[in-house]
Amino acid sequence: MSHLSDIKLKIWRQAGPDQGGRFESYLIPSISDEASFLEMLDVLNEQLINEGREAVVFDHDCREGICGTCSLMIDGQAHGPQRGTATCQLHMRKFQSGAEIVIEPWRASAFPIIKDLMVDRAAFDRIVESGGFITAETGGAPDANLIPIPKPVADASMDAAACIGCGACVAACPNGAANLFTAAKVAHLSLLPQGQPERYKRVEAMVETMDEYFGSCTNHGECEAACPKEISIDVIALMHQDYRKAKFANRKTLSRS
Amino acid sequence: MADTQAPTITSANPAANRRGPVTGTAAAKKRKKFFLLDLYGTAVGKKYVMALTGIAMMGFVLAHMIGNLKMYLGEEDINHYAEFLTRLAYPLAPENVVLWIMRAGLLGALLLHLHAAYSLTVMNRQARAVKYQSARDYQIANFASRTMRLTGITVLLFIVWHLLDFTFGVTNTLGDGDFDKHQVYDNIVRSFERVPVSVFYILANLALGVHLYHGAWSIFQSLGWNSPRFNQWRRMFATAFAAIVVVGNVSFPVAVLAGIVG
Amino acid sequence: MSTTTIAGLPGSEKLQSKAPNVAVPEMWETFKSDMKLVNPNNKRKFKIIVVGTGLAGASAAATLAELGYQVDAFTFHDSPRRAHSIAAQGGINAAKNYKGDGDSIHRLFYDTIKGGDFRARESNVHRLAEVSVDIIDQMVAQGVPFAREYGGLLDNRSFGGAQVSRTFYARGQTGQQLLIGAYQQMARQIGLGNVRLWNRTELVDTVTVDGRCAGIVTRDLMTGDIVSHAAHAVVLCTGGYGNVFFLSTNAMACNVTAAWRAHRRGAYFANPCYTQIHPTCIPQADDTQSKLTLMSESLRNDGRVWVPKAVGDERAPADIPEDERDYYLERLYPSFGNLAPRDISSRAAKRAVDSGRGVGPLKNGVYLDFSAAIGRLGKDVVEERYGNLFEMYERIAGEDPYSTPMRIYPASHYTMGGLWVDYELMTSIPGLYAAGEANFSDHGANRLGASALMQGLSDGYFVLPYTIGNYLAPLLNKPVPGVDHPEFKAAEAAARQRYQGYLDVKGTRSPDFFHRELGKIIWDYCGMERTEQGLEKALSELPALYEEFQKDLRVTGDGASTNQTLEKAGRVDDFFQLGMLMCRDALERKESCGGHFRAEYQDDEGEAKRDDENFAHVAAWEWTGDPMQSIRNVEPLDFTTVHLATRSYK
Repeated sequence: MSHLSDIKLKIWRQAGPDQGGRFESYLIPSISDEASFLEMLDVLNEQLINEGREAVVFDHDCREGICGTCSLMIDGQAHGPQRGTATCQLHMRKFQSGAEIVIEPWRASAFPIIKDLMVDRAAFDRIVESGGFITAETGGAPDANLIPIPKPVADASMDAAACIGCGACVAACPNGAANLFTAAKVAHLSLLPQGQPERYKRVEAMVETMDEYFGSCTNHGECEAACPKEISIDVIALMHQDYRKAKFANRKTLSRS
Repeated sequence: MADTQAPTITSANPAANRRGPVTGTAAAKKRKKFFLLDLYGTAVGKKYVMALTGIAMMGFVLAHMIGNLKMYLGEEDINHYAEFLTRLAYPLAPENVVLWIMRAGLLGALLLHLHAAYSLTVMNRQARAVKYQSARDYQIANFASRTMRLTGITVLLFIVWHLLDFTFGVTNTLGDGDFDKHQVYDNIVRSFERVPVSVFYILANLALGVHLYHGAWSIFQSLGWNSPRFNQWRRMFATAFAAIVVVGNVSFPVAVLAGIVG
Repeated sequence: MSTTTIAGLPGSEKLQSKAPNVAVPEMWETFKSDMKLVNPNNKRKFKIIVVGTGLAGASAAATLAELGYQVDAFTFHDSPRRAHSIAAQGGINAAKNYKGDGDSIHRLFYDTIKGGDFRARESNVHRLAEVSVDIIDQMVAQGVPFAREYGGLLDNRSFGGAQVSRTFYARGQTGQQLLIGAYQQMARQIGLGNVRLWNRTELVDTVTVDGRCAGIVTRDLMTGDIVSHAAHAVVLCTGGYGNVFFLSTNAMACNVTAAWRAHRRGAYFANPCYTQIHPTCIPQADDTQSKLTLMSESLRNDGRVWVPKAVGDERAPADIPEDERDYYLERLYPSFGNLAPRDISSRAAKRAVDSGRGVGPLKNGVYLDFSAAIGRLGKDVVEERYGNLFEMYERIAGEDPYSTPMRIYPASHYTMGGLWVDYELMTSIPGLYAAGEANFSDHGANRLGASALMQGLSDGYFVLPYTIGNYLAPLLNKPVPGVDHPEFKAAEAAARQRYQGYLDVKGTRSPDFFHRELGKIIWDYCGMERTEQGLEKALSELPALYEEFQKDLRVTGDGASTNQTLEKAGRVDDFFQLGMLMCRDALERKESCGGHFRAEYQDDEGEAKRDDENFAHVAAWEWTGDPMQSIRNVEPLDFTTVHLATRSYK
């Protein structure tokens, strides 16, 4: 274990949703290289409280890369410089002594800033509420082994289902689009046999809800690079295909009314 | 029980409604529209339009380039080719009719492409009303994908000029009214002998190439043409397509300036 | 200090489990046949508050809404999908016997009772085993992409404490997939308007009127607004209190506040000393550490645990020859080997480290070695099974587990104790329910791996939706207190005062400072191994530290916008009170059982020595106004279906 010294931080501070914000500079004199990035912010906050100043507000929870609560634009990259890693799993050993690190909240009109680095990602919930489910009310399910699912299909579904809903795709997208998030959800459910009855209804509802909040996909691929679960933009193609099929589908024989 | 008031959906406490709960978000029924308009109403639908009109224009650009290669066969060949275009499907269709149908189709594709691009741009601007205040460090987004609007506008301006130059002859006359659009070979040589024109032509075609480099790949994603069997070829296709079109088109002014044609 | 031991006495009048008076395997069917029902058209006349949106909360909210009740769901997260159930890695148990290896409902029931060291209620555990099979069906129907075999059928893996393969899994992200499944069902109900979701809203009090739970008081984490919510019934699905240790595998926001506030309003708190220490976590690396990360227990299927035989062996693991390694779990517990239950594995690791044979820079870990598995199965198979866990390890520890053994050490992980509930999951306050980790009911003194997900979903999908109707049916068309009732107003005023109070102390230390100090005391004296002396010491230090907290706390910022320091202060306050109760419970339970290991009560080989004669009961604590003065009530545990036996995994 060694230490990094003189980490300079430029952090966005904003008192509330409708207030103006600005970057403020802070100095961390010394930090263990075993510390995680968020632990470094803990140290900063402890420092600020000791000085009688208000701690920096940032979203975080499980700190093991699965809950998707943490965010942060670190040096211009969503979740920072390490590929396939959420901010909470980023460690200070990736940085050098004397480094200046710029931390900004995620910016998208659908993710309004709540305070400092914390944003509201409720728009994702609205997308799921519109159709991101398989209607299976409690109690009526058939035996779990009734429908065999080929392993590659289950695996492909799981690849998409790994999405943690952090919003890095939106943050990284130059257009503020949520196609990767929405498509991951669509792919997770629509690849499975259980998801077929609502396949077209689901994709239509989710895409149209997504449209109310987010920008459009112009196929930059930034989302895939920022995704802590490295979900492939292939799922976006799948969603685009399904949406087209949904619009042209025979409404009576498919799930759409 | 002592008290009487039953719990209600709207709380009696005004503060409870200050930041109320979320419910019924999927209940709103939208108005039914004609399905193509409905499709075009969403960003994903607009991207289909971008892709399909893109394909149409890609076909045109490629055919246009191949047709113009005739200039290397000599004046007669290319002028004859131009003549042939006016008599497509002749005598089934009267002279010029098929050509005008194709022109109308192309113009329609271009207008749709522009409208979709414009509305998506507006949508994307609104989706990030407040920009990042620090520098972004892009990972995958390349020069081509990030300059689609710029290269697109460049190509659009070029198309306007190109039509003025070779179709209407506005910028390609030596004196009063002596432009003859049927004298294709002469028109080309006369135009490209002007160095600034050639430079503009070359730059515009490079912009077209950059536009195609991203656009031709992007089509597959936008239309959802995705399969592990051919995914690896998508990038190669786009690169090759852009390269062929650019090399072909750029060769014309170069050939004129180098004296190979003329 | 005062101790009111009434161990061995008949149970308190209030602590009746109310399980049907029939043989254990028939109880659930009997209950369902006899319970009162609410007519489908009348269900909408009832409002139910569900606090917490993890597996138990989301599944309960979704199911209750499907049934037709008005449901208000509360989460302090931005989205219900963030709840800490999401972090469970290994899997979920169910007695499906898909492998044909001799599993059955009875065996899952027996394993759970035995795994819990005979300190759980037979009736509840049997019901859990019964509905376990329905959970898998339900989750598959909802689209949880469980691991499959090539033939398309569901795959299973084995887990600690069981000799059959009954664990269903979705890579190393089973909790995530199950939570997303339950969240989606709830999202559907939100979309349909049947569930109202209050996000970023934290429970700060429960309200009781005329002996019944009448609702809750919440604090809006964005505006600081204190708001009352009235309902016919309240369900707390607010998780466990493992963060009392400061360093634990729990998420940063996990806290005891909801359960504790209910406790202070009269709900008994049962067995707080039953905490589970998970054997496979990444050891602490430095002083800034904010939490510990768990590596799924499933790793023990293929990893071998060892330490050097010699004390102070500084060689790199690869340089230590086979005969100089001590594979202590395989040596001590030949029949279960590396899959010995969590408490046993954890203590064995502690002993290895305490004996000076710990590994790593701080000598605070043991090796979990995959070289044998990689040799036997190939790297690809190991990667297929554990790839994401290996990646996670590498990110955190900076070492590649494919080439060098992982270092692991036990850490606080789960709490078996919680709000006392009866067979219907109702706490000692009528109308107030607790489900999932927040209650105490199913795991006794130790939880088996892959059983937490099972319990959360069982409670939420298949138990509560039945039992709550039994309570609500007689309340049909009877008025209930509204939010204008003086009890609500008093609770609101108290909550406002409480949070203003933290701001007004204006001392010198942050809530985190006190939390860390509290955690140290609890870990040292009420952690993996407890002694009378240590607990006495903790009980003398804790009140002093708590007093300092009340006098020297510093919370910067204000109470009218998002203030995480203020939120933390409230949670640490409640942790202090709980910590005292935990130590008292540990002190009073003069035996070793499951996760509660008292050094005084062990056999010659260092194994836990239970005292069934005096302690085969649930200790349920009653609030008196001071955690040091709480009253210990008992509910005796009758074992009619299984025989009390010494728990041996040799």
